[in-house]
Amino acid sequence: MKMYIEFYASLMKYLPPGNSRFRREVKVEDSLKLNRLIECYHISPEEAHLVLVNGHYIYHEDRPNRKLIEGDVVSIWPPVAGG
Amino acid sequence: MSWTRKILRVNLSKGTCTPEALNMDWAKAYLGQRGLASKYLVEEVDPTCDALGPDNKLIMATGPLTGTMASTAGRYSVVCKSPLTGAIAASNSGGFLGAEMKFAGWDMIIFEGKSEKPVYLLMQDDKVELRSADAIWGKSAWETDDILHATHQDPQMRIACIGRTAEAGCLYAAVMNDKHRAAGRSGVGTVMASKNLKAVAIRGTGGIGNLEDAKKFMDAVDAGKQVLADGAVTGQGLPIYGTQVLMNVINGVGGLPAHNMRDVGFEGAGDISAEAMAEPRKSDGKPNLTTNAGCFACTIACGRISTVDKTHFSVKDKPQYHGASGGLEYEAAWALGADTGVSDLDALTYVNFLCNEDGFDPITFGATVAAAMEMFGDGDLTTDDTDGIELKFGSAEALVAITELLVTGEGFAKDLGQGSKRLCDKYKRPELSMTVKSQEFPAYDPRGIQGIGLNYATSNRGACHLRGYTVASEVLGIPVKTEQNDAEGKPELVKAFQDATAVVDSAGLCLFTTFAWGMDNIAPQIDAACEGDWSVEGCLEAGERIWNMERIFNQAAGFTADDDKLPKRMLNEAIKGGPTDGQVSRLGEMLPKYYEIRGWNPQGEVTAETRKRLSL
Ligand code: SF4
Repeated sequence: MKMYIEFYASLMKYLPPGNSRFRREVKVEDSLKLNRLIECYHISPEEAHLVLVNGHYIYHEDRPNRKLIEGDVVSIWPPVAGG
Repeated sequence: MSWTRKILRVNLSKGTCTPEALNMDWAKAYLGQRGLASKYLVEEVDPTCDALGPDNKLIMATGPLTGTMASTAGRYSVVCKSPLTGAIAASNSGGFLGAEMKFAGWDMIIFEGKSEKPVYLLMQDDKVELRSADAIWGKSAWETDDILHATHQDPQMRIACIGRTAEAGCLYAAVMNDKHRAAGRSGVGTVMASKNLKAVAIRGTGGIGNLEDAKKFMDAVDAGKQVLADGAVTGQGLPIYGTQVLMNVINGVGGLPAHNMRDVGFEGAGDISAEAMAEPRKSDGKPNLTTNAGCFACTIACGRISTVDKTHFSVKDKPQYHGASGGLEYEAAWALGADTGVSDLDALTYVNFLCNEDGFDPITFGATVAAAMEMFGDGDLTTDDTDGIELKFGSAEALVAITELLVTGEGFAKDLGQGSKRLCDKYKRPELSMTVKSQEFPAYDPRGIQGIGLNYATSNRGACHLRGYTVASEVLGIPVKTEQNDAEGKPELVKAFQDATAVVDSAGLCLFTTFAWGMDNIAPQIDAACEGDWSVEGCLEAGERIWNMERIFNQAAGFTADDDKLPKRMLNEAIKGGPTDGQVSRLGEMLPKYYEIRGWNPQGEVTAETRKRLSL
């Protein structure tokens, strides 16, 4: 299925080559689990601090079982803050 | 050093400078900086006074840790009654001036009255005098800084001053220090100008002293620094990306307001984000971000130093802006950018330079321009009103032109300098002012992030994220993640953040330490340095006491529960689209509970019982 990944800040280095600054369209197996996707890109659990699916935060404990569907946008940040 | 136990009282009407002993009973109850200076203000100033009259006082105050080796211990605050809000103002700044004041041997300076002619205060250790400001009145903050350094031939001298916007009566003028650092909000610079006080120039050569237990203090400081170094945010995120890393995060979670908060979500967010600042520009191949920078004793160093492309339209014929200077922080980038719809990073950086050069709050300024843009779009304002500027959302040219106009203080700048509340009232669109207590919102939408809305509504200095930064928990998961769209539990969260922040703001430390430090890291540093009970509980009680004292000042100034409210747009106009689609602020659900846990009556008044409990 087709979906989108967005990696920000220090995680941008994990993005495959492409044109957009943060986003890539990727093809993955149907019903891929969120944690599996994160592992595919070699992002450690500590680095994957803020993980959003379609803008909604997914808690750490829910990531192993969260099934992704066609068109989902997964956005990932390391620990960041400001103000 | 901990408290120097000495304050300077400067009577500008009489031209006198008088040393006084610090009231140690108050210090043990209110700590320092924001808390202690507010205590002096509450005791000495009539809350109903004209903020720009001689009866208001302007207090520059350090915390007991300011000037010590604790990380980030360089902070000072400027406290007065605000001309923008009419409420108590306490604006906090970093840089190096606060530490210098301590090295000169002073905890705080209280300015009272009004000088007949423009003056500046020269403080060289014990030697203090008022001098004529004839040579610097009418100059920008940057020129003032340069002239005073040249006059006194002392590169180590630290300077706080106002720019031309303050002199012109702009109600959100800042007190600038060390050129790029600002006591930015609530118009504290305007109060300084009203006193004919242009600058404070400080040189201190004293050392560290008066620490309650020096060994224990250094152990606590070392432990604290280790925690900051190990923390992912304070050790890596902030130094590398600065606060601007939030631009995409807050946009991503559906919390980034745009176009005078008419919309949530900004298409251009990526183009004005930290990541964009770090990448090479198409035009000249160089990044906007030149380097990071730190305030006194800071081991985080979140500050941004940026350079605008020399061929960019904003600076093309202005070589004075071709060098590196204080760059965009998140709040400024949002207000000047997303809120006005402008996604030209170099234009925002240039406008931010002007905010520093002439000392005005980029949040209130950007939000006021955004309100004017909405009125312009609706036809309430025309080019006849705006000195010919086509004030359209998204126009970088208009933003640059209107900022340059503000600095002149002429024409439409007079309206713009009053802030969005007065501007929208004048043009009969009061509902377009995105303010609480007449102060503009910062960069988080209270419809998309519930707790921050409650914090805005109840903040003692008007809308402000730095009074209780619940975004840390609601979005960033620090210290623990809470649901951004839940109203439940938020009154408790807001109160906890507000009280803890009051402690940090009164200690001499930077709030950004709290992305790694809890009160159990902070209290031991205060406790080892200061007399009195500064256990975690003692600190938090002082924080609560400070919060309530500020509230009581505001009550006496005429504020009621009716002022703890958000604009109708936040309550009635639901977010359209994105992850927070359909949300409005549920302030009404949260406020009664907040009053209750604060120990206030249903009218939001501090009860006699609460006063007694907190020794107020
Ligand atoms: S964290 Fe940033 S604002 Fe705070 S003291 Fe350090 S450099 Fe200054």
